[in-house]
Amino acid sequence: MDFFLQQLTNGLAVGSIYALIALGYTMVYGVLKLINFAHGDLFAIGAYLGLTLLTAFGLTRFLGPLGVVIVLALMVMGLVAVVGAVLERVAYRPLRQAHRLSAVVSAMGASIFFQNALMLIYGARYKVYPHDILPKNVVSLLGVEVPLVRLLVLLTSVLMMVALYLFIQKTRIGTAIRAAAIDQRAAKLMGINVDRVIMIVFLIGPALGGAAGLMVGLYYGQINFTMGWMYGLKAFTAAILGGIGNIPGAMVGGLLLGVIEAMGAAYLSIAWKDAITFIVLIAILIVRPTGLLGERVAEKV
Amino acid sequence: MKDYRPVVYAAFCVLLLLAPFFLNAYWVDVLNNVGLYAILGLSLNIILGHAGLFHMGHAAFYAMGAYTTAIINTTYQIPVLWLMPISGLVAGVLALVIARPIIHLRGDYLLIVTIGLVEITRIALVNNIFGITGGSNGIFGISRPEIFGFRIRRPEHFFFLIWGFAAVTVFLFHRLENSRFGRALNYLREDETAAEGSGINTAHYKLIAFVVGAVWAGMAGNIFAAKMTIIAPESFNFWESVILFMIVLLGGRGSIPGVILGAFLIAGLPELFRQFASARMLIFGAIMIAMMIFRTEGILPPRPRRYPAPASGGGEGAS
Repeated sequence: MDFFLQQLTNGLAVGSIYALIALGYTMVYGVLKLINFAHGDLFAIGAYLGLTLLTAFGLTRFLGPLGVVIVLALMVMGLVAVVGAVLERVAYRPLRQAHRLSAVVSAMGASIFFQNALMLIYGARYKVYPHDILPKNVVSLLGVEVPLVRLLVLLTSVLMMVALYLFIQKTRIGTAIRAAAIDQRAAKLMGINVDRVIMIVFLIGPALGGAAGLMVGLYYGQINFTMGWMYGLKAFTAAILGGIGNIPGAMVGGLLLGVIEAMGAAYLSIAWKDAITFIVLIAILIVRPTGLLGERVAEKV
Repeated sequence: MKDYRPVVYAAFCVLLLLAPFFLNAYWVDVLNNVGLYAILGLSLNIILGHAGLFHMGHAAFYAMGAYTTAIINTTYQIPVLWLMPISGLVAGVLALVIARPIIHLRGDYLLIVTIGLVEITRIALVNNIFGITGGSNGIFGISRPEIFGFRIRRPEHFFFLIWGFAAVTVFLFHRLENSRFGRALNYLREDETAAEGSGINTAHYKLIAFVVGAVWAGMAGNIFAAKMTIIAPESFNFWESVILFMIVLLGGRGSIPGVILGAFLIAGLPELFRQFASARMLIFGAIMIAMMIFRTEGILPPRPRRYPAPASGGGEGAS
């Protein structure tokens, strides 16, 4: 039972990180029907920016651990959001009217560009986060000792997701985003500035991705320039699992994927971990072809 | 406007044929890789370009062909080129079994499943499934191919083997494109519902497209195994599938000259940038974005199909 709960909390923590990244995929997909293959690399940029900002200003001297993390998260989210918006303007907007696969190639080009830019700036080796920022405490949960950091990761992600959900459901901008996702042309006719909506989506998605990157850096302690691919693929899987284009779907998909992965590694085989994840995904898609929460829509190409 | 294409194609073929006599072994080897990517790109083109199925797991079938060749060759010493049909067959049968339950998935859902397929294949190979794939070290000691007692071992020799096979591929796929089968694929790509309504069994055609592509990738895997003599799971990772995907889209979906040009750009261009050393992939990524912005349908998109207007009726029907 102890082992099970450890794996469960670990899976939920990793899964909540996947969910944060998956939200970026799913929001962009919802509005543009584009798989933003560069999104994983925006996440990696977040992780590296976090490291740079942390060491550059010596934040730890002025603020307590909580303050450092909050200031850092805000800076990283802001910067990555700007990168995301620039990416949209340069690589995706000119292709808005083209076939959707054309934009996919542009996205892959952007991904290669970002990945190599990170490698040129920071070098190909693993980078290590300072490990004295977050407390090392363990918390007793149902009689199980769980690291505090793990709970903080989970809690922060859930808070961000709830905030996003409320933003999308309750505000005017959120309503505009939902309208543009359902029918862009009708939204335009209703006076919604769709270009601005897309820009906002490309600010929010990368900001969440950047925050996830920072969390991975703080939680695991080391980062690498290729991590964007790996996490990006997992998060994309999570978005599909929940039903791409569906915001609660991305959250559910991410958490579920993290738990499946942790359980697969713990009880079946570590070497086959990723294969198990994909087999479960394929099995779910065979039964529910549009994901867990995806709507049945007739696809129009 | 006069149609210069036959002249351009002929000039390209002559230049390519003469290339191994002027280039050094390194560049001939680059051309060999381009040729292999061209064959793979053409086989993916049937699935992605013509049938419009988002298939990003083509490296899995490539791996199945290469491993079939490697395992049978090293265990039973059967000559490599004899194994080409068997490699194709194994890849094709596996494609049939795998694709049957997933073929009805739409667009991006199919995409992630095929990505999963390539990852599962790679992990199975790394974990030495059934104890025959040699784990992460792979399989070595695959023998060189022979044709009528002539042993193919130098890059120049492989050049003619690979591009000869590419020429056969181009011929056959060109015929396929203009057949009833090719037209049916294009119809279901453009409008699946309408195709279904016109009596085209869409699931059946999609499945055949998948299997044809997989058979060809399996045969390309055979040549790859013969050329390398060592194969390892890392040659068939997700990135390889992405490269093939990009070749088809960058060159032009559904266009044979486009796909070959795509193979030259994706497999050849990074070699030309060697002087920029570590920045070459950075430049490559930027160029990819630029190319898609300026040629959104790919660099050489296919020309629309043309049919002679019916002779009778006259008047307005003349084209």
